[in-house]
Amino acid sequence: MIPFEYVRATDVAGAVAAGAAPGAAYLAAGTNLLDLMKGGVARPTRLVDITRLPGLAAVERRDDGGVRIGALARNSDLAHDPAFAEAYPAVAEALLSGASAQLRNAATAAGNVMQRTRCAYFTDPGSACNKRRPGSGCDAIGGETRLHAILGWSEACIATHPSDFCVPLVALDAGVEIAGPAGTRLVPLESFHRLPGTTPERETVLEPGELITALVLPPEAAAFAGHSRYLKVRDRTSYAFAVVSAAAALRLEGGRIAEARLALGGVALKPWRSRDAEGLLAGRAPDAAAFREAADAALAGARPSGDNAFKIELSRRLAVRALTAAAAGTPARLPALPGSVLAPAPEAAHV
Amino acid sequence: MSETALRPIRHGSNLGQPLTRRDGILKVTGAAPYAADRHPPGMLYAVMAVSRIARGRVTRLDVAAAQGHPGVVAVMTPQNKPALAQHPDEKHDGFTFRLDLLQDDRVRYANQPVAVVIAETLEAATEGAALLDPAYEVEAPAVGLDGAEPYTPEAIGVGDPADMATGDVAAGLAAAARTVAATYETPAQYHNAMEPHAVVATWDGDRLDLDMPSQGLAMAQARIAGLFGIPPANIHIRSPFLGGGFGSKGMIAGPQVLGIMAARLVGRPVKLVMSRPQMFGPVGHRAPTRQTLRLGAAEDGGLTALDHETLTATSTFDDFVEPSGGVSHTLYAAPALATRHRAVRLDTGTPLFMRAPGEASGSAALEAAIDEMAEACGMDPLDFRLRNYAETEPASGKPFSSKALRACYAQGAAAFGWSKRPLAPRQMRNADGLLVGWGVGTATFPALMFQAEAVAVVRATGAASVAIGAIDMGQGAWTALAQIAAEELGLPIDAIDFRIGSSDLPNGGIAGGSAHTATAGTAIKAAATDAIAQLTALATQDQRSPLYGAGNAGVIARDGRLVRRDDETRSESFADILTRAGKDAVEGKGAAGPDAAREHYAMHAHGAVFAEVTVDPDLGQIRATRLVGAFAAGRIINPRLVRSQYYGGMIWGVSFALHEQAVMDPRTGRPMNANFAEYHVPVNADVPSLEAILVEEEDPHVNPLGIKGVGEIGVTGSAGAIVNAIWHATGKRVRTLPVTLDKLL
Repeated sequence: MIPFEYVRATDVAGAVAAGAAPGAAYLAAGTNLLDLMKGGVARPTRLVDITRLPGLAAVERRDDGGVRIGALARNSDLAHDPAFAEAYPAVAEALLSGASAQLRNAATAAGNVMQRTRCAYFTDPGSACNKRRPGSGCDAIGGETRLHAILGWSEACIATHPSDFCVPLVALDAGVEIAGPAGTRLVPLESFHRLPGTTPERETVLEPGELITALVLPPEAAAFAGHSRYLKVRDRTSYAFAVVSAAAALRLEGGRIAEARLALGGVALKPWRSRDAEGLLAGRAPDAAAFREAADAALAGARPSGDNAFKIELSRRLAVRALTAAAAGTPARLPALPGSVLAPAPEAAHV
Repeated sequence: MSETALRPIRHGSNLGQPLTRRDGILKVTGAAPYAADRHPPGMLYAVMAVSRIARGRVTRLDVAAAQGHPGVVAVMTPQNKPALAQHPDEKHDGFTFRLDLLQDDRVRYANQPVAVVIAETLEAATEGAALLDPAYEVEAPAVGLDGAEPYTPEAIGVGDPADMATGDVAAGLAAAARTVAATYETPAQYHNAMEPHAVVATWDGDRLDLDMPSQGLAMAQARIAGLFGIPPANIHIRSPFLGGGFGSKGMIAGPQVLGIMAARLVGRPVKLVMSRPQMFGPVGHRAPTRQTLRLGAAEDGGLTALDHETLTATSTFDDFVEPSGGVSHTLYAAPALATRHRAVRLDTGTPLFMRAPGEASGSAALEAAIDEMAEACGMDPLDFRLRNYAETEPASGKPFSSKALRACYAQGAAAFGWSKRPLAPRQMRNADGLLVGWGVGTATFPALMFQAEAVAVVRATGAASVAIGAIDMGQGAWTALAQIAAEELGLPIDAIDFRIGSSDLPNGGIAGGSAHTATAGTAIKAAATDAIAQLTALATQDQRSPLYGAGNAGVIARDGRLVRRDDETRSESFADILTRAGKDAVEGKGAAGPDAAREHYAMHAHGAVFAEVTVDPDLGQIRATRLVGAFAAGRIINPRLVRSQYYGGMIWGVSFALHEQAVMDPRTGRPMNANFAEYHVPVNADVPSLEAILVEEEDPHVNPLGIKGVGEIGVTGSAGAIVNAIWHATGKRVRTLPVTLDKLL
């Protein structure tokens, strides 16, 4: 057996105490962590099982109009919660565009935020990876890089964050509620994941022992419900990570864009929100020219990290497509193939 | 074997009936035993440590660390492995492939086994293998088709010549009104059956008991016998079910032999099951190809020349050369025809037969080139194929034993609605504004026959049994072969004790080459015919029988009785015939193999595949939305199972065109997507609509049953049809497979 200690936490304080030990990792559904352990990529010395923590699976509507998503809420439960899906359709669509039904039935909300990169050089213990072994180098650079980062990457790491869920969440100003030895804090999701810089091994702002207890959407997020889409370009029709993805959300007033949100997935080591693009769109008519300008702004700093220059133009086009779809209005029903660019019509019942 | 008892569920019984899979309930309830389900008493678990480099030497293994891990029983390395009677690199014939059995410290490809850890639990063996932490002396590997100097192989496939020519290609091209020259590339693909290679091995002195998936029991037996220096009869292999083989289980694989060696080393039963990432190396793959086709056509669209050159790869230490040019020998009536194969030696595992070896990759290129020539001629691609329809086999000049390809084209086109296809590309859009395209490809696969034997026994109790070491690898042998037995013995299918999947039965040959139903079925037919002939002799020569004097040709077997053809009121049961004769049973023996008719006829199954694709014009994402295949493959034993084979083949074509490829790091030669999340095959949403049309075809020459085989043909034609449909949708010819969205931007 790989020697590790298994601790079943019964309350948050106990989990935080147990999780503060060096080498500890929190175990929720384990859809990512257990694979990494089997592959010799992650070798925690202590697993703190948080699946029995009370109350953490709830999705609570707050009096202020926001929503608090418990860390242990299942991806599928959240996506199929009618009130949640109605208020945050792009989030539901992103959830249902990810993984497979079986995985969504197991994976948790916080686990989705915490999933590790799919970079093949990270998941292969035989390759040099600064994220897995700091200072060992990055074998991805100069290797197979078709799906690697085009934004925010560094010479130390060119990996991407694979989550779909995080992309609309970051666009909607989600916060991450964190419990730790010193109490609870709320961190904007936008600054939760770290860009690689020279320390790609530090993936998030979590300190030892800190545990995500919830994700919080502010009251303003629901104002985009009528004009939100998540679109995901992928190499097969379902059950594939994004080549690139885009979440677009608009608040229209009098035929003009009062407020816009735009975030991209599969382009960087974090869900990539473009405030420049959002700023350009504010006050504009929702037309092709405005969307193209916004897309250009969102990708202004992009550069290929290898054989992936195509992702830059693809991201621009997808951003335009997602903004166009959002402007056209959120479909009354979730599309038959959520997030797919190929079956946009909700009435396409046959998938 | 009680656990393989089949439930008596059926719809109809004999030839041509769409019986449901007799092993279906066992499979969907998990009761069907696969090799890895076995746990003999005292069994240990073996896990391979595999190489992380593609070329070099292992300089150190931390055996002490592995050995010291709790639960580890032994570590098998080149130093302490059991002695073998034959060197694993010895070759005896075209079907013997060199194996990596810890013979030395050399590393010849990534994921090559370098040691085996044997432990009380799978977890201990897994951790022990990790603790070995090999150190290497790394040498620069040869990677990719440009990674080494091409050579001319002695043979391609299983013994065909590398080069073939008929007519004057240069003159044909020079005389052509139009020419097309194009180069197509197909990537390395790995079989990856759902069930990975596995073995559970138990030694008893020099007798060996194995649970092991195998597509060819007698060949596996012979190979193991040679390696361990024991008689083949000492080896018992059970292989009642395979979770897919696709060619990778045709020959025993090195890791399976390592499991047997591990059992010998520790003197206890051992189970070894490969992990998914380990499947990308020691158990075969389809090599990458680069195929250049040059076509010439006259003003009227008739081909004047076809030249098909293939560059592919084999390993540094063994030879299997993907015979991609073979399809060009058969399909189109070019008066001048040439094919050439060259290969490079790369630091990979040895390539192997992978579903339609040669035909799949070759068809993908040929069908695309034919489409390009049709475009150059301004012709509908189906009309162009009909204009160049081969009435005799172009390469050999032989007549076809049968060929209903015209009917395939016609029936497929009608079902698909091909006549509404606009000639020019980029003319069709769906309601969402996405580009739609239609393409066609011709399917072909040779109708082969191998050697097999069978025994059919009819007893005085009324019971009957049929035994043959045939293999059900998912294609439905438990059902289709039993239908043949029932037909020929004149018994209800459930009245026969039908046995396959074990090496102590008569040699059933290899389940490969799409020839298993034809081969094993013919042997069963012969054995049953022999048994019935013996019963007939007993009855018709006995004055006490109501059949006395009927003569051998004058009776037929039906419902457990012999019935006079000219007088159905005169009949006698098998049991009565045997009882009166004082016999317990008659035993019929039968054999099958290729016969002399093969000298005179070209024997192939054919088909036509029509594909519709949808492509996003801005984002490039592609979906094959509709496939219609019409196939003529001689007599169909079970249309339900055959349709499943065609569906599976066509889905494989989707995979070939759009998804599958092993991504090798160009610097290290290591597969970087060795898992099912990143090595893509189609999921359900990639295959929305499939139709398979079974076109009638009667073949009097191919074998006594008239069967041509259906397992592989569905792959051919399909990939080309999809790629051609992508051109029709977008106007872009993508010549490097798979067609991924970035290639359309």
